[in-house]
Amino acid sequence: MNNRAENKTINLSHGSGGLMMRKLLNDVIFKAFDNKYLNRKHDGALVKLTGEIAVSTDSFVISPIFFKGGDIGELAVNGTVNDIAMCGAIPRFLSLSFIVEEGLGLESLIRIVNSVKTAAKNSGVRIITGDTKVVEKGKGDKIFINTTGIGEVHPKANISSEKIKPGDKIIVSGCIAQHGMAIMSQRKGMEFEADIKSDTTNLNFLVKDILDAFGSKIHLLRDPTRGGLAAVLHEIAEDTQTGITIYENKLPLEKQVAAACEILGIDPIFVANEGIFVAIVDSDITDDLVELMIQKEKGKNTVCIGEISQDHPGKVVMHSSIGGKRIVSPPIGEQLPRIC
Amino acid sequence: MKYLNEYRNLEATNRWLNLIHKTITRNWNIMEVCGGQTHSLVRNGILELLPEKVRMIHGPGCPVCVTPLNLIDKAVELLENNVIVCSFGDMVRVPGSKKSLMQAKANGGDLRILYSPLEAVDVARENPQKQVVFFAVGFETTAPANALSVLQAKEKGLKNYSLLVSHVLVPPAMEAILKDELCKVNAFLGAGHVCTIMGLGEYYPLSAKYKIPIIITGFEPVDLVQGIYMAVNQLEKGIFEVENQYARVVKKEGNLAAKNLINIVFRVGSRQWRGIGEIPDSGYVLQDEFNEFDAELKFGIRHIQVPENKTCIAGEILKGIKKPYECNQFGKNCSPVNPLGAPMVSSEGACAAYYHFTNTV
Repeated sequence: MNNRAENKTINLSHGSGGLMMRKLLNDVIFKAFDNKYLNRKHDGALVKLTGEIAVSTDSFVISPIFFKGGDIGELAVNGTVNDIAMCGAIPRFLSLSFIVEEGLGLESLIRIVNSVKTAAKNSGVRIITGDTKVVEKGKGDKIFINTTGIGEVHPKANISSEKIKPGDKIIVSGCIAQHGMAIMSQRKGMEFEADIKSDTTNLNFLVKDILDAFGSKIHLLRDPTRGGLAAVLHEIAEDTQTGITIYENKLPLEKQVAAACEILGIDPIFVANEGIFVAIVDSDITDDLVELMIQKEKGKNTVCIGEISQDHPGKVVMHSSIGGKRIVSPPIGEQLPRIC
Repeated sequence: MKYLNEYRNLEATNRWLNLIHKTITRNWNIMEVCGGQTHSLVRNGILELLPEKVRMIHGPGCPVCVTPLNLIDKAVELLENNVIVCSFGDMVRVPGSKKSLMQAKANGGDLRILYSPLEAVDVARENPQKQVVFFAVGFETTAPANALSVLQAKEKGLKNYSLLVSHVLVPPAMEAILKDELCKVNAFLGAGHVCTIMGLGEYYPLSAKYKIPIIITGFEPVDLVQGIYMAVNQLEKGIFEVENQYARVVKKEGNLAAKNLINIVFRVGSRQWRGIGEIPDSGYVLQDEFNEFDAELKFGIRHIQVPENKTCIAGEILKGIKKPYECNQFGKNCSPVNPLGAPMVSSEGACAAYYHFTNTV
């Protein structure tokens, strides 16, 4: 990119299918993701995989698109990589689809593409096919990204909610609520001074490590993104009709995040995460699993937060730090700060 | 957080709980006035730790819950007529007679969810071609900042900023509850945040007139169990006084600067309370000299009046006459996804607190 090009903004011509679009694809997209699958420039990609395959798709819509700890590009890769990993699979390939709003700076697009490139490299996945559309100003929110991932299921994995049974332990791989509070701290009208960074990262290697070591003793894996920990636990309890018991004083929470939640009157268990997962595991392996995970950088804050119980089927009960109990309900909508 | 953790301490909570258990000999009904206290009682599982003889009654202290239906309809009317409406977050999901602000936004209205009325003044400054209205909901706690926004707009000479005022006051609501012949309240936990602004002055005559203990209480578990102990202690001894459990925050005289701001911009006037009806001298209205900032006058929407939903017993809930689960709509036709009344919508509402944290339906 020369300086003249960098000063440009995306306009409708970039999505027209004509020369402008071709130049954008060649100069920005193909250049960034140079690989043999993409370079064929077919409408689709031809790949070889063996065994059972996991597929997942997700669309990423976030404001602001650049935030402390990451950006929408990194999120779009890590999010789908993690969804594949939660199936007990090793992510291999990604598709990448941009819907860009007219007026987005080309420099911003290049920055996002480079983030996608780095995140894909770090996760060991290749971008093999994609699409770019441009919509009129006001008909998008700067940029939307869709990614679809394909992965091969780990040979030792047997992830299924049907395997969950009373006594199983609930493990969380890191501190909760960081992504949601990082975004909230930068939202217009709400900016507050806090060094809270999004936890967006890939989890596939950590998942591979625990599957290598414990195989089918890992009963279920879920990443608690939107709706936070509460949404995931509630879904598990409801889908499996088992009871979930968690302990408030075990929840891993950074001080700054806890303070920000406190100020806004927001419960951290409802806040989005992007770099942690919940594992429901056989109780026999709990200590060894936690021991293994805390030795890895991305699992250093791993903790067992509770267990599956025979009581209260379909419900999540939290033991409060002062000795009380309460039901954790699913979140209703977006977390909104209270009046007073 | 260290300061907070001291008030979320298991041992300290147990100390006060033990004292309550040792002291209590009879059944007592204690009303926590503030929705934030209701939320904390339920969220921390305190209700089940109390002896059966203590029956907590959830009061009307949720500003969202008590905002009357017609005020929401007025805000929706503005939103549908090309006005930028700015609101605190909790208010936007509360149903009006036809729709909520969130639904009006989905239909194309320019609704801004803000965290301070001073941001609304900025919105007005940045959009000189549009009218901007801040939905000024709340008790005494939010009144100073709302007053300041009016003063700032006046100073900047803004002609496109106004307030849709729905300010209510706590002591008149407490008195309305005490006057109700069905009232079962033996003692109050006063709203700590409100007293941070207003001080204790208004509570002495109320306590004396109705011979009722009023304990100004904070929001953390230790605050609440200590406040309940102080109430039980007075009740068992047959005394009625105003006590300040929340002395680390609340001063007897309140926040004089904040009170001064309120008095410059607002005066006490009659207000409608959702589910309760009109209570004389129970809210703030703009002083006459600030009429140009009164959205109801400016846009001619004062006439909008709508009847309340008759199947919703919000009034009885807000007055503590019935518990949320005693409503035959609770969890059936009324849930946070499809609320019939405001106490099910607001995060501070008693019905929502019960639904989220203790629901058994």
